[in-house]
Amino acid sequence: MTQVAFAPDVFTWPSDAPQLVGGRCPSCAAVAFPLPSACSRCGSTDVERHLLPRRGTLYTWTTQDFLPKEPYASGETPDTFRPYGVGLVQLGDEVRVEARLTESDPRLLDFGMEVELAIVPFRTDDDGTEVMTYAFTPVQGPGSE
Amino acid sequence: MEDVAIIGVGLHPFGRFGAKSAIEMAADATRAACADAGVKWTDVQVAFGGSYTVDNPDAVIGQLGLTGIPFMDVYNGCATAATALQLAADSIRSGKYDIAVAVGMDKHDAGAFTADPVAYSAPAWYGEMGYFLTTKFFGMKINRYMHDHGISHETLGRVAAKAFRNGALNPNAFRRKPVSVDDIVGSRMLNYPLTQYMFCAPDEGAAATVLCRADVASRYTSNPVYLRATTLRTRTYGAHEVHSTWAAPTQVDAPTVVASRAAYEDAGLGPSDVDVVQLQDTDAGAEIIHMAENGFCADGEQEKLLAEGATEIGGSLPVNTDGGLIANGEPVGASGLRQIHELVLQLRGQAGDRQVPGNPRVGYSQLYGAPGTAGVSILSV
Repeated sequence: MTQVAFAPDVFTWPSDAPQLVGGRCPSCAAVAFPLPSACSRCGSTDVERHLLPRRGTLYTWTTQDFLPKEPYASGETPDTFRPYGVGLVQLGDEVRVEARLTESDPRLLDFGMEVELAIVPFRTDDDGTEVMTYAFTPVQGPGSE
Repeated sequence: MEDVAIIGVGLHPFGRFGAKSAIEMAADATRAACADAGVKWTDVQVAFGGSYTVDNPDAVIGQLGLTGIPFMDVYNGCATAATALQLAADSIRSGKYDIAVAVGMDKHDAGAFTADPVAYSAPAWYGEMGYFLTTKFFGMKINRYMHDHGISHETLGRVAAKAFRNGALNPNAFRRKPVSVDDIVGSRMLNYPLTQYMFCAPDEGAAATVLCRADVASRYTSNPVYLRATTLRTRTYGAHEVHSTWAAPTQVDAPTVVASRAAYEDAGLGPSDVDVVQLQDTDAGAEIIHMAENGFCADGEQEKLLAEGATEIGGSLPVNTDGGLIANGEPVGASGLRQIHELVLQLRGQAGDRQVPGNPRVGYSQLYGAPGTAGVSILSV
């Protein structure tokens, strides 16, 4: 099966250890995601490509329980829609990123839980191509990789 | 700098009105505001019109009279109406004009707002992947807040139940039927922990305000309400705001906090001086957070205040006495001028079944919206 990245510039993939592609400002050290054309903190236009940590903690989260209107492009209908989790993931002391979560059950999500970047199927096109996107998935206990 | 008085307010009901255009609703609201002020449209020297769905709010003059006055169109997200009000007030403060109108209007489709994320400085995929929803931002914000400050789901339900109860007392409201806390908490989950009945809905409506130089207000009215402060603030680095792919690793004060402090300073008043409050309750959680962000309580105190009924019309801190956004819906351009309409009625003692007892003297309103803009106005008699 062919797999393609939904937004190729946003994460390193294919890779056994994919990372989100952010930006770091050489002037003020602010980190942003994705790589911006200018720094939100100081306005510098020299922001450098910067790969973000793969693991982080869940600062906050919610669930998306209704089908978003366009431009949502999952190909789902109200009948086939599968709710998804959305989190704000703290990546060390660098940045917090908004990301889909592979878990959408509130009972299985918790503040501060450790999560890791995963590249997951988002949609399957008519020709069978699987479109992949980034998400964070709970780390299943200490030491697991 | 000239002081500013509000001498007239007018409102077209909020809800759904078939083929009636936003411009027609705005004309109705402006006529009502002028009549309330005792001025003719031909007396108005400058106007500001706010809308999200109407490209040219100034087209309303085609229904009011083509007097040739400067009329400026404003859009500033959910803070649009506060922006129109501030610009109208500033036009008087500057000494350039004596009588100004701020009018807001909108006509939205049902369901959550959508748009092109690129227009909000977010990447196109932000919408395609299902992130471009204000509702999920509000879910994330209140979820963390509840965790940090011990707010219960029942308290979210109490906020919405109060909104529907107050809406039932307001003939201009969209939702006019009381709903129980259990039914609110038990309604369909949209964005955890927020359920369907905890959200406001985009709808239709218009509102208008007539302002004048304070020293001539007595020519028009025996009960002027003074506009003591109008402040607008955008987000600073470190604020976690709606429609953003990322946030700084440590959080700073939200734009509402900064706008609120500045407004109190300009007005020479503090939260304890305020008798009646209008807050942006896009959802029940937003009202809870905004109570603290505007200085009316400490973080977490809302749990007790709501349980005691403090934010009810007869409570010590009446909030959203006309039902707020939850019961009125949100025609974006008009929403903040609805708040002003309600505050003016309350401060004049004309709010009927919704009247806050004890002759309230100071009113406070706050708007907040994408992409991180807050507007605060403080009024007094």
